[in-house]
Amino acid sequence: MSAPLLQVNDLKKHFPINKGLFGRQTEFVYAVDGVSFEIARGETLSLVGESGCGKSTVGRAILRLFDVTAGQVILDGQRIDDAHPSTMRQMRRRVQVVFQDPFSSLNPRMRVRDILAEPIRNFGLAKSAEDLEVRVTALMDTVRLPREALNRRPHEFSGGQRQRIGIARALAAEPELIVCDEAVSALDVSVKAQIVNLLQDLQREFGLALLFISHDLAIVEHMTHRVAVMYLGKIVEVAPRREIFAAPRHPYTKALLSAVPLPEPGARRSPIILRGDVPSPINPPSGCRFHTRCPFAFDRCRTEEPALRSAEGDQWVACHLDALPQD
Amino acid sequence: MTDTTVNPQSLPAGLVVAPQLPEILRPVTIRRGFVGLLRGHPTVAIGGALLLTLVLIAIFAPHLGTVDPTALAPAKRTRAPSADFWFGTDVLGRDIYSRVLFGARVSLTVGLSVAIFASVIGLAIGMVSGFVRWADGILMRFMDGLMSIPPILLAIALMALTRGSVGNVILAITIAEIPRVSRLVRSVVLSLREQPYVDAAVACGTRTPMIILRHILPNTLAPMLVQATYICASAMITEAILSFIGAGTPPTIPSWGNIMAEGRALWQVKPYIVFFPAAFLSVTVLAVNLLGDGLRDALDPRMAKSL
Amino acid sequence: MALLEVENLQTHFRTPGGINRAVDGVSFHVNEGETLAIVGESGCGKSVTSMSLMRLIPEPPGRIAGAIRFAGRDLLQLSDREMRAIRGNDISMIFQEPMTSLNPVLTVGRQIRETLMIHQGLDKAAAEAHAIEMLTLVGIPEPKRRVREYPHQLSGGMRQRVMIAIALACNPKLLIADEPTTALDVTIQAQILKLMLDLKRRVGAAIILITHDLGVVAEIAERVMVMYAGRKVEEAPVAELFRSPRHPYTQGLLGAVPKLGSSLTGTATRLAEIPGQVPDLRKPIIGCVFAGRCALATDLCRQYAPGLEEKGPRHIAACHYAAKGAVAA
Repeated sequence: MSAPLLQVNDLKKHFPINKGLFGRQTEFVYAVDGVSFEIARGETLSLVGESGCGKSTVGRAILRLFDVTAGQVILDGQRIDDAHPSTMRQMRRRVQVVFQDPFSSLNPRMRVRDILAEPIRNFGLAKSAEDLEVRVTALMDTVRLPREALNRRPHEFSGGQRQRIGIARALAAEPELIVCDEAVSALDVSVKAQIVNLLQDLQREFGLALLFISHDLAIVEHMTHRVAVMYLGKIVEVAPRREIFAAPRHPYTKALLSAVPLPEPGARRSPIILRGDVPSPINPPSGCRFHTRCPFAFDRCRTEEPALRSAEGDQWVACHLDALPQD
Repeated sequence: MTDTTVNPQSLPAGLVVAPQLPEILRPVTIRRGFVGLLRGHPTVAIGGALLLTLVLIAIFAPHLGTVDPTALAPAKRTRAPSADFWFGTDVLGRDIYSRVLFGARVSLTVGLSVAIFASVIGLAIGMVSGFVRWADGILMRFMDGLMSIPPILLAIALMALTRGSVGNVILAITIAEIPRVSRLVRSVVLSLREQPYVDAAVACGTRTPMIILRHILPNTLAPMLVQATYICASAMITEAILSFIGAGTPPTIPSWGNIMAEGRALWQVKPYIVFFPAAFLSVTVLAVNLLGDGLRDALDPRMAKSL
Repeated sequence: MALLEVENLQTHFRTPGGINRAVDGVSFHVNEGETLAIVGESGCGKSVTSMSLMRLIPEPPGRIAGAIRFAGRDLLQLSDREMRAIRGNDISMIFQEPMTSLNPVLTVGRQIRETLMIHQGLDKAAAEAHAIEMLTLVGIPEPKRRVREYPHQLSGGMRQRVMIAIALACNPKLLIADEPTTALDVTIQAQILKLMLDLKRRVGAAIILITHDLGVVAEIAERVMVMYAGRKVEEAPVAELFRSPRHPYTQGLLGAVPKLGSSLTGTATRLAEIPGQVPDLRKPIIGCVFAGRCALATDLCRQYAPGLEEKGPRHIAACHYAAKGAVAA
């Protein structure tokens, strides 16, 4: 097997919050607390979990929108978490992003042409003004928007069309990996299907790797090759699509999957209803972070943190229960 | 209830057609041009028109039937308004109509200059504050200090240190107004930095100076323009106050504050001396404020509402 | 007799760009104790419909026409005072965002108490006791302590439970739930859906559920009404609608949603797309509202707006070409 395109090793991001009058007592939000995974070329890895689990923070750390607290982000064998700004600029071309909100992710005062030209100019991809024009029009064709729309501004488009512009901007840099941060979550059902299909077509056409961050498990199942489930800043389970959806092993994954309402009236199922709410990432629970809500928690879960270990083949689980000999 | 306006003969057989529903609101006529502006944003249109008139009056003051506003005529002291002296004359026999029209020049110059200088300097300070972490604390504490002194007092103190001139009045009021602008710009910059399109630009390899120039600056201009109109209005009032108490524009230059100050002793017997400059000042400030309120609603309503 | 009967509801708004016909000629009914789901995408008029039922549309710029008969009385003919006596008492509402629909400066207990004291004329002590009872009913642990807390001290799921407690405090006959679980995480959504199902059995109020989530519809609705561009395009019992949708829009909507487990059964296919965009409601639409995006549309559709027709048992749809009678899925 060839080397992975992206490797994330024990990534940590703790955001300081100042308390007290002079900002002396500093506490931390443990947004991401030791996350490791890999993405192969052309592969889709989905990061799923509920709000506050740190999945978006992982995406932003990979884009290096901030410096990480600890750990490594390695793109194609080269560390980018501590790369010098000049090296980083060239590396940025290879990892692009599509954000959730199609309204705030485009500068309202720029024309579509300038939005798409920005990455092309920054990375010096166009040889001439004509080449730039050719590239920009080609991008519009790729995302199936009319070429005349190049001279318009974002507010003249609907949500789905704006999301297409956002995707075109990401493609403009000719990236190898696109971070899709809830890229289809804000869209209406019928438009969501259009964008999901577009992303799948583009992935096939350009051999893109996708880091698909989402809370919508049905869309994830439709899109992805592998899934990593996050809970309170940690990965609790990571496995290929088939294993996750057919035989989830972590109690949290099971609960998450069973909680999704199915568009099938009268479907016979008994959802696992978790007790209570997700604890605060400022004071995460000791031991296994899921133990406060886990229906199967026992003493060891409260004190000792389970490590992510291979359960079967490519399926990795962080649960003491799973480590016990099966009956 | 099931009547349809579609001609039943032309209807294919067996076709079920939705019932025709009544219009329940009067139709909206969409107007463009000045009428459209007046309907959509009446305050912008009225404020703008008033302000434009006042600016034209100030520019063409010498051609509007005025005489030399400083010419003394002791024989014609304190005349009431008449066909010869539209607004009457003051204690030194100077024509108030001419003085008020020329006074508009001082007020508008001070208002516009302060608005421009305070905006530009405030913008620079606010940008640095919003982008340079270590400078933020120092700059903002300094601005807090400046804001804790009443602006009039600050201006009086600055005027006491310098010679009375229109330039120094502008300088004094500008210094007093800078903190307001820089605080606004800083808060707008901080919220814009959190916008996904700024993150996307970073991911697209855009360098920081270009991010500021292309993504931050253009989006701070709308709220700043609104703020500038309020500063313009308040600067004109401050100028009048300073002149009124004798700490502003030198008495040799006619300004509304000066005219009012000179008429102050006589206001019970000769109220017109104070009335005309006061009326012009009020109308001008009203025009600028109307324009500002209208702009706040007309430009990006989301951002400007937070002012 | 139906508890609520809505006939030719029209809710229009004057905007600078023209008249927005947000809801244009919608008729439906809700029986006692029944759960009706109103489904559609943003801008289809489902929320405006629910706000119109409560007469919460600002007039002007809006205007409501038609008839809304609740327990025999036309709500549109009532005075504001009579309407206030109905809101929160006979008909109550749950909103999407529990944080903004609760008053942040009042305790949870006080907010429940107030509706009880206004509508039921209870004294403070009785209302307090009833508030604690309501919090217990919606599954809030330690209700005696929670009544004294403020909304910001509660989590999102807890706040939604409080909203439900307030809505149910006066034993309403009709509960309007506008996207009640959209802002919640999926495990919390499961808790709230279970709570709503339990309460439905125990309280017996009719529910109008406004949502875009077909999974939530399948879970708790009995009858479904699909809206598009301010019109009702289809209505059927929930099982019937999911099994054999008749309107091309409903068919498109169901095809556009991936189903969990589809990768295992080998049914994973490309998602069905509905091409194009929702039409601009500020311009008059001649013919079928869906014609611009419909693969089956003909000149007939573009000329004559289809009326609602019986296409099957208790199944109506507004489409010239939708099949009638029993259809195999």
